[in-house]
Amino acid sequence: MDITDFYDTFFEEAEELLADMERHLLELDVEAPDAEQLNAIFRAAHSIKGGAGTFGFDVLQKTTHLFENLLDHTRKGELTLRRDIVDTFLETKDMLNDQLDAYRNGDEPDQAAFERICQTLQQLALEEIGQGLEGAPAPRETKPETAESGTASRSTAQDEAVPDTAGAAPAPVADAEGGALVVALLGVSDDDRQLLVEELEQLGEIRCQSGDQARYEVVLATTASADDIEAVMCFIAEPEQVEVKPASAEPSAPAEPTAAPEASAPSAAVESAPAPAEASAAPPASDRPKAAPRAKPASKGSAESTSIRVSVDKVDQIINLVGELIITQSMLDQTVSELGGVGNGSLLNGMSLLQRNARDLQEAVMSIRMIPMDFVFSRFPRVVRETSAKLGKEIELVTEGESTELDKSLTERIIDPLTHLVRNSLDHGIEPPEEREAQGKPRTGRLTLSARHQGGNILIEVIDDGAGLDRDRLLAKARESGLPVSDTMSDDEVWQLIFAPGFSTAKAVTDVSGRGVGMDVVKRNIQGMGGHVQIMSRRGEGTTIRIVLPLTLAILDGMLIKVGQEVFILPLSTVLESLQPAREDLYSMAGDDVVLKVRDEYLPVVAVHEALDVQGARTELTETIAVIVQGEGRRYALLVDDLVGQQQVVVKNLETNYRKVPGISAATILGDGSVALILDIAGLHRLDRTKREARRPSRAPANDDQLFRVEGDSQ
Amino acid sequence: MTSLNANAAMAAAEAQNREFLVFSLGDEEYAIDILKVQEIRGYENVTRIANAPDFIKGVTNLRGVIVPIVDLRIKFHLERVEYGGQTVVIVVNVADRVVGIVVDGVSDVMTLTPEQIKPAPEFGVTLSSDFLSGLGSLDDRMLVLVDIDKLLTSEEMALVEKASD
Repeated sequence: MDITDFYDTFFEEAEELLADMERHLLELDVEAPDAEQLNAIFRAAHSIKGGAGTFGFDVLQKTTHLFENLLDHTRKGELTLRRDIVDTFLETKDMLNDQLDAYRNGDEPDQAAFERICQTLQQLALEEIGQGLEGAPAPRETKPETAESGTASRSTAQDEAVPDTAGAAPAPVADAEGGALVVALLGVSDDDRQLLVEELEQLGEIRCQSGDQARYEVVLATTASADDIEAVMCFIAEPEQVEVKPASAEPSAPAEPTAAPEASAPSAAVESAPAPAEASAAPPASDRPKAAPRAKPASKGSAESTSIRVSVDKVDQIINLVGELIITQSMLDQTVSELGGVGNGSLLNGMSLLQRNARDLQEAVMSIRMIPMDFVFSRFPRVVRETSAKLGKEIELVTEGESTELDKSLTERIIDPLTHLVRNSLDHGIEPPEEREAQGKPRTGRLTLSARHQGGNILIEVIDDGAGLDRDRLLAKARESGLPVSDTMSDDEVWQLIFAPGFSTAKAVTDVSGRGVGMDVVKRNIQGMGGHVQIMSRRGEGTTIRIVLPLTLAILDGMLIKVGQEVFILPLSTVLESLQPAREDLYSMAGDDVVLKVRDEYLPVVAVHEALDVQGARTELTETIAVIVQGEGRRYALLVDDLVGQQQVVVKNLETNYRKVPGISAATILGDGSVALILDIAGLHRLDRTKREARRPSRAPANDDQLFRVEGDSQ
Repeated sequence: MTSLNANAAMAAAEAQNREFLVFSLGDEEYAIDILKVQEIRGYENVTRIANAPDFIKGVTNLRGVIVPIVDLRIKFHLERVEYGGQTVVIVVNVADRVVGIVVDGVSDVMTLTPEQIKPAPEFGVTLSSDFLSGLGSLDDRMLVLVDIDKLLTSEEMALVEKASD
């Protein structure tokens, strides 16, 4: 198998590790860092380093190596954390992300950036601990990579590793030139001993071995340090069972010509401890992170979740197949229901059982695609931290409902709009600390991100306790920008103004926000996902921006409608109500356009049969049913022949094999196996208008004073 | 020539041979590369698509996949377009898409040698010679070899969205 087959796994894993790292870095309390978190950060860096080494991602590996060393000092308490150091760490993490991306795209990472970050880290190490870091690009001869390229057995190593054993052995540094070591195995079973001896053979040349089970001594000529050997042994034996000391009694062994290459290559395969050759490069310091890899707490095992990685394609295929199963099942159901109950009791029972099982299966399969909102929220501590620092504000971020689940494709698409909303709240919503104090509010502003389910929707809210929206200023600004506004507009309508393109009330344009681009994009993105945005705001108390999204794009609650002999589906979320239009509520405008009066509101009328050229539809307006629909902020009455019922449908893309169709958003398969088209509410309105405009020139001049619209006129 | 050589020559010649699925549109015989064909099925009810060209009959459900159905008889302006028991749909795989084409009937699968494939003359008005890979001559029959890839992805078929759209 080609090693490149594993690239993707590595990239994904590394990405997760980096995300983990960032989370921990952000949660880190600078005053009293949690040892567990420091360890977690260190572990992440270490694992990435190992993987990078295996795949030959040199730059990534070297950067992580430096980073890891620094982290090691940190977790040993030799480097006192400060906020700016954490920032440097975060920067390094970003750099690692960039490098990872570069490798993923088959590029080489930016060399200049790499050198810069190395220098920063070096500098930090020098200033804070008073010593350099091994493995920096400058002392290239140290070749840290030789020993660091192995990860194959990493996971087992971590699982079996025992909490901090750094103190268990005095950790003498072996003579770099290939000294001899006496490795004593205390109370190791024969089987294990054999394995251990084999391991040792990998590290160097065994001079002699003797002893019994209680104490078995192996004299080893090796270039590896005592620590490295112990680290290797720990895979098999408990640390207290192993004792390594220099063979002082023996004369320093003549350098084995074969020992060195042997030592570096195979040891690399099993262990990723710092390189043996490092000893010659850096001055021997007692506190060098020699024992680093062994010090992994055993708790690592518990953190591993039992999950498998599956490509989304496979999941989608399962979802498709289950959808098929449901359709087949409803087809069977229909046939069986015509049989009647007499003599078919067990068949009917079986059918209802099948139906229940099929629905459960569908639900279970759909849940595979669901991932918790934590995936989205976890990136906001960083955003809030950086933005608030830039703005000089003190802001506390609170997240609620992280476990609320949402379809994966939606979670990925919600990140950008949500980031924008958060930035906006931070910039315009929450006031500077002094202003807050002056108003009797706590200095620290609070930004809450929350997610919860409501019916078939998920509600995601960005809540700030800032100044709230300023109605007068919004209106003034809107007039300035030439938007049609009036003082009698409801608050809701005024708040929606912030979504108008090019609209910004920020007094100054900052690099955080305020250019007025974006909010309209946010709204469009969310509408593109089948959702909408609501704003609630109270002067002086804060603003809540609520995003309402469907749980999934793969299944839609639909209303089946009939026009002529054709069945269409309306997304239920767009349907407000349906009614039979009374003649006195229908008015014509300019002869051709019809409006319907619904409770003091005049709504434009769009007939499905006109927009979509359906034959044999009812043309007498009062015999049709008007469904009041709302989409992309537009509300209108859609004329259909009949309402058939409500049904959950599996959304199928039309563009896979065909192309986009105006007025149609997608298709689905009904219980009888036929295809039904799902109407695109906003698109249908546009389509209707273009069609009318195209028709207009050929029509007779409109009869202006005709108030009543006569039946059949719509043809 | 030894028999070994003859075999090799035959194998080489065979490698040049191409298999075609022959179908009829009215009285005319057409053929497409058999490797493009996914399956052949009866004509079933389709869901009409509004505002589409008339030769696009609509979409149908092919085991959970929504597939557009094109009636080549309408596209080629044939006089008689009837849907009966003989009417079949050839499901083809073109440019990563699945498309069904309605034809009057499928007759057989033919192997044509390179010599049997003649270049198409440049005269087509309804069917531009761009969409033909040649004319196959078989005894007294003439097969119109359609380059189904080019035809179905062409702009005039309106099946595939062009980048400019």
